[in-house]
Amino acid sequence: MSSIFKFYYDLMSQPSRALWISFKLGKTPFKDCPVALRKREQLTDEYKQINRFQKVPALVDGDFHLSESIAILRYLSDKGQFSEKLYPKNIKERARVDEFLEWQHLSVRMSCGYYFMQAWLLPINRLAPKPSAENIDKMIKNVESNLSLIERLWLDNDFLTGQQLTVADLFGATEIEQLKLCQYKVNEKKFPKVFKWLQRVRQESNPYFDEAHSFISVKSKQAALAKL
Amino acid sequence: MKMSLKYYYDLLSQPSRALHIIFRLSGLQFEECPVALRNGEHLTDEFKQNINRFQRVPCINDNGYKLAESVAILRYLSAKGKVPEHLYPKYFVDQARVDEFLEWQHITLRVTCAMYFRTIWLDPLLTGRSPSASKIETLRLHMERTLDIVEEVWLAQSEFLTGPTLTVADVFAACEIEQTRMADYDVRIKYPKIRAWLKRVRAACNPHYDVAHQFVYKISGTGPQAKL
Repeated sequence: MSSIFKFYYDLMSQPSRALWISFKLGKTPFKDCPVALRKREQLTDEYKQINRFQKVPALVDGDFHLSESIAILRYLSDKGQFSEKLYPKNIKERARVDEFLEWQHLSVRMSCGYYFMQAWLLPINRLAPKPSAENIDKMIKNVESNLSLIERLWLDNDFLTGQQLTVADLFGATEIEQLKLCQYKVNEKKFPKVFKWLQRVRQESNPYFDEAHSFISVKSKQAALAKL
Repeated sequence: MKMSLKYYYDLLSQPSRALHIIFRLSGLQFEECPVALRNGEHLTDEFKQNINRFQRVPCINDNGYKLAESVAILRYLSAKGKVPEHLYPKYFVDQARVDEFLEWQHITLRVTCAMYFRTIWLDPLLTGRSPSASKIETLRLHMERTLDIVEEVWLAQSEFLTGPTLTVADVFAACEIEQTRMADYDVRIKYPKIRAWLKRVRAACNPHYDVAHQFVYKISGTGPQAKL
């Protein structure tokens, strides 16, 4: 009997979205356990019992508690509860996907996540002032140096690790997509391959991609209007 | 017979040291291909074309299959049966625990220790300028925030990070923390659990641990028993 695990997440968290889209797309059933980061639900003692690191996403499968999105997907894959298309079983194909998943932490995730936090998340919650134009430029430069690595090193094919969509693409794209909140859009002229790849990822993973990003879409439009 | 696995590394790179120790502990046969980062050997076109498109170490070439990213390399070799189960468990529940640490460390332990090391040791060497006292203080605070989690969460109940015995998680973490000696940081003062755990990791990995850290010891002017 295969058990249905509990999935704790907030669609405002990038790795939460990447996993959520993977589950929907790959028909992985899960028990929906949303955690509202905006209400700081992750900081309660109750949630600490679920995930000792007090972050999302997290999984509870029977009495097994696990955090870290990539560890979670590997665990589910070994249990046969994760799409083989999205995370291949073949050793060499899997290693290629792993190469991206490990690479993105200190490159795409760090630079996009930092920009998102400093330019949108902290100011909107009045936890920090809006960064200076000079600092924003620095952050954008950092993001773009990583977009340029994707452009030059990862996009010889339609998707990051070959001709098929995998979790690597979902982790990469969800990170970049959230920059809409900072009113940042990937420039087609500067990054033509990245631009087209993002469209392909969205197409391949819709309707779930849009559903996972609906809050981000609404908020980024509001923010754009507020500026006018 | 020609050895088919080439390992490109520099013992001054933390993930290079971690894999070097893991390979030796595993009794893995490999061709040593040291890359002198200080001489910019990784920045040549030849390196980019033939060895690693990201121009970093560590990386491998396994009979023509090129792979970067230390954690991806470890998983690939484990899947090929080259890493013993006690270092990287095959049973998926135990493996998930180790994976949880390997994924957790990137933007926590790795970033903060590496930034501390780089700003205080490497950058002054390259630029001739020393960081301000307040900059050092900020970096130390960031680093200690993650060291607190290692001390209080990861080492809360067990001798090693993920259970009663040494795994690759411990090797990755210890190599990261050891490096801060070069920036004159002594982790042992504030963190009794980390202090005792580092001794256990070294004992479980030697003689390979000391071989991999020979430059760290030499440059910091401290052996493992020395007072800083």
